[in-house]
Amino acid sequence: MKEVVEILAKALVNQPDKVDVQMVEKEKMILIELRVASEDMGRIIGKQGKIAHAIRSVAKAAATKQRKKVIVEII
Amino acid sequence: MDSIEISGKTVEEALDKALQELGVSKEKVEYQIIEPGSKGIWGIFGKKFAKIKVVIKPNPLQKTVQFLEDITSVMDLPVKINTVDEGQVVKVDILGKDVGVLIGRRGETLDALQYLVNLVLNKNNEKRQKIFLDIEGYRYRRKHTLQRLALRLADKVRERGRRVALEPMNSQERRIIHTALQVRNDIYTVSEGEEPYRKIIINPKR
Repeated sequence: MKEVVEILAKALVNQPDKVDVQMVEKEKMILIELRVASEDMGRIIGKQGKIAHAIRSVAKAAATKQRKKVIVEII
Repeated sequence: MDSIEISGKTVEEALDKALQELGVSKEKVEYQIIEPGSKGIWGIFGKKFAKIKVVIKPNPLQKTVQFLEDITSVMDLPVKINTVDEGQVVKVDILGKDVGVLIGRRGETLDALQYLVNLVLNKNNEKRQKIFLDIEGYRYRRKHTLQRLALRLADKVRERGRRVALEPMNSQERRIIHTALQVRNDIYTVSEGEEPYRKIIINPKR
């Protein structure tokens, strides 16, 4: 779950070593916090949040097995 | 991955040696300098060989497949990935059990994945390569479903003489319907509304 976001983020940014993903698992949902280098913010959000939206879609799919909601926050 | 470490009197010489050994051209590799090397004083004292690490760049297709394998493996989905290189586009099909989750509702996840794969692949790439991603032939089947739906609704419009609105669809899906009904001269199609709720209206021609 966490790894999926990590793989995606690392593949998209220019500074993969600055990618940090934290996961907080709650009863009905999983909160994922994604941090990247500030220069890489654009690469992870995209025009009108298009990339962020795509990342969330894939994360959501990865969590369907666990039947939990996923929130991916970009900080 | 194919990589070698090699030394030479200078970095250039080491690189030449490496290219010869690997049997590839300069554009196909990336290299890191491990030891810059130095001529020393008067070419005698402190002379050091340059040492570099040369890696063959993975080709885009390998990179894409690797990326998709990484994602599916952390999702615990055993898959087989088929690729067909058609020059302009590369078709990638993911096959496996339970890959339905990767398609998502109305192919939403599949579209997201395709978008991301294209981004990753074309990052820092001067030559753009388009990846067409499919999962268990979903897009192919969806295309046929949409074509059949279009024809059925077109007949309905002709019979009743009244316009019919379809569900909101993305641009690729709308295109399939427009194209399927282009040859008909008893009806015509237009798109209405704003994304992501843009939808097709089939109108009767009088």
